Amino acid sequence: MRDFATQVVETDVLILGGGMSGCGAAVEAAYWAKPLGLKVTLIDKAAIDRSGPVAMGLSAINTYMGMDGKVTQNSRMPERFVEYVTNDQMGIMRQDMVYDIARHVDSSVKHFDKWGLPIWKDEAGNYTKSGEWQVMISGESYKIIVAEAAKAAIGALGDKGEIMERVMITHLLKDEKETDRIAGAVGFSVREDKFYVFKAKVTIALMGGAVHVFRPRSQGEGFGRSWMPPFVNGSVYALVLEAGGELTQMDNTFVPPRFKDSYGPVGTFFLLFKTPALNAYDEPYVGAYPNEVAAWAPYANAKPTPTPMRNYEMILCAKEGKAPFMMHTERVVERFKKEISDPKELKKKIKMYEMEAWEDFLDMTIQGATNWAAHNVDPLEKPMELQLSDSVFIGSHACSCGSWCCGPEDLMPAEYKDSFPAQYNCMTTVKGLFTAGCGVGACAHKFSSGSHVQGRIVGKSVVRFANDNKGYVPTVSDATIAKYKETVLRPMALYEEKKGFTTQSDVNPDYISPHNYLFRLQKIMGEYAGGWETLYGTSDKQLEIGIWKLGMLGEDTEKLAAKDLHELMRAWEAYHRYLVGEACARTRLARKESRWPGYYYKYDYLKLDDSQRNFINVKYDVNTKEWTLLTRPMIEIV
Amino acid sequence: MPSFVMTEKCDGCKGQDKTACMYICPNDLMMLDKEKMKAYNQEPNYCWECYCCVKICPQQAMDVRSYQDFVPMGAASTPLRGSQDIMWTIKFRDGRLKRFKYQTRTTDEGSIKPFDGFPEANPADLNNLFLLGEPDIMGIKELPTVKK
Repeated sequence: MRDFATQVVETDVLILGGGMSGCGAAVEAAYWAKPLGLKVTLIDKAAIDRSGPVAMGLSAINTYMGMDGKVTQNSRMPERFVEYVTNDQMGIMRQDMVYDIARHVDSSVKHFDKWGLPIWKDEAGNYTKSGEWQVMISGESYKIIVAEAAKAAIGALGDKGEIMERVMITHLLKDEKETDRIAGAVGFSVREDKFYVFKAKVTIALMGGAVHVFRPRSQGEGFGRSWMPPFVNGSVYALVLEAGGELTQMDNTFVPPRFKDSYGPVGTFFLLFKTPALNAYDEPYVGAYPNEVAAWAPYANAKPTPTPMRNYEMILCAKEGKAPFMMHTERVVERFKKEISDPKELKKKIKMYEMEAWEDFLDMTIQGATNWAAHNVDPLEKPMELQLSDSVFIGSHACSCGSWCCGPEDLMPAEYKDSFPAQYNCMTTVKGLFTAGCGVGACAHKFSSGSHVQGRIVGKSVVRFANDNKGYVPTVSDATIAKYKETVLRPMALYEEKKGFTTQSDVNPDYISPHNYLFRLQKIMGEYAGGWETLYGTSDKQLEIGIWKLGMLGEDTEKLAAKDLHELMRAWEAYHRYLVGEACARTRLARKESRWPGYYYKYDYLKLDDSQRNFINVKYDVNTKEWTLLTRPMIEIV
Repeated sequence: MPSFVMTEKCDGCKGQDKTACMYICPNDLMMLDKEKMKAYNQEPNYCWECYCCVKICPQQAMDVRSYQDFVPMGAASTPLRGSQDIMWTIKFRDGRLKRFKYQTRTTDEGSIKPFDGFPEANPADLNNLFLLGEPDIMGIKELPTVKK
């Protein structure tokens, strides 16, 4: 076994993850830490210029109120957003946290504008809103711009600010004097033989959501073409579970309806271009099943139709044999031809549509563009197929999974206060551990701008926490550090010890590769827990056998082997995904209804039961390997 | 749609400790073969085809060949990224070509100073709701709240 150096880093504010919320946290934490002389350290598994789901870029900002009225349409206030988000997620939502995002989100977008993100505007400078909440951007460099601001903010702290890239965080550290408190984290460099120990007054876990827990539809080279990037591996959810914290709504995974295989985005086609999406017989599928969806009233009747209900109508339509679904991009051109009589004007309009349609793909899902070209499909002439993709954990999208977190003091219902050891916005149920973005549960529809602003909310909140706990010094013994080092590096040690037994290192009775471990997880989740394999259907009996198999996968974690640092990263990513998968399956077993039928449904409870309108939370005991399910009440504030 | 490296064009970023593609790949896929001084994608089936490597390569030695489990052969989307815009060339399977140019930012690279124009933070304000620049930057006078 190679000799790994141990590097101990001491800091005040530890930010784990440099995606949208991590970059927001960096700016805000640095701003407030500066006059107090506090140190801020940001860790990223990749390079923050292009880390997280915005790495490729984005073509729209999906959460913007326009409270100043300077928008082309739909200036909105937070109440309306809270009602919309609650209906979209079928009546269960942390309205205090959603309201908090809504009242702050415009400020992040105004900062982006100032930093240089091209936001589409009319001649008077009003932002172009394509829908109720969406602002159009030319966002190829969105992440680079946001990362530049984060780096500049941390840089302004001088020797009190540092950014460390290519470090994979595996575990959180518990304080040894105050055992219910987080004292930092451990991890390793994916580039050199180095084990890291971070000791901190306060820790923010911001590693995003999780993909590849359920099986992606493409299994060959296209395995990596998940809608949400394959490098998002659920570390926040896993670390909160291992710390003994509460997760909420882990059964609520998002199933994005997208252009088939490429996962090209659909939002702009629906909102900006008003593109018809129809079944194979040229009929609309949304609104086609009024009798079947009546069991999901009153939420199913909300306008716009909630995302899980639109998905469910696609599922019903597919079961009737009326797939494939087609996005009729060519009918937009036909509509222009009817509406515009001046040939010059018409030509201009079509040219503009072509530019914007291709930009929508090239800014954020380049494969969507290549897939058109590879099929000789010009979107001005022919439609392309839509399909429901694999299930993902993305607490910032039309999805509610994540941590149970403390809300803002002026908005959080009193009934939730007891869940938390102290009242700090975005703190989890574990003292000193905070999160934001995809990490915060029951707080959907944040998207990129809301994740950034929630990162800023948490950035200020942790500085207040660190300042209130000035005298706190983390206690972590050398023995604990040695134990974690052994655990974290164990997959490499096991590989070295056992690889010689067989003539081919990838088939060995004494260990499992991260890839095979991941495949086993995905097969269990897909076939037992409501993946695309069963058209998102499951049942208590299916879940019970799935959970039995997941338990053995969990036990096999100690047999994970890694031949190099890259595989060591894959090993820990896979373990984090396993915890996310089991939290999901157990929550699905606990929920005795099908509240979000287009995300997953239960054959044995195929209806909505509003007496179960509450949060289902899940906890894990890392020592006894026991899982606990509990409910928290849904309380409206608007 | 995995990325690939063209043998003749790649110079291994001239023997620096890491190449541009290794630096940028969000999924840690790019490796440098130090003997050949050529980069390669070590795990093509984990590639998200985000093109970050293609866009950053100083030799334009990288491109992407679509996933063969669902994409017919022969098409390509090729970027040329400048400091404030990006030019795309789209090649169809049947040979048709399309070109598009889009803006990417409105300011110079490296010019962002996030605290400029705002007063230094006052620790006494840690207990209020306002974040950096609020509420003025939003064009409103006070943050909304809910009356209980």
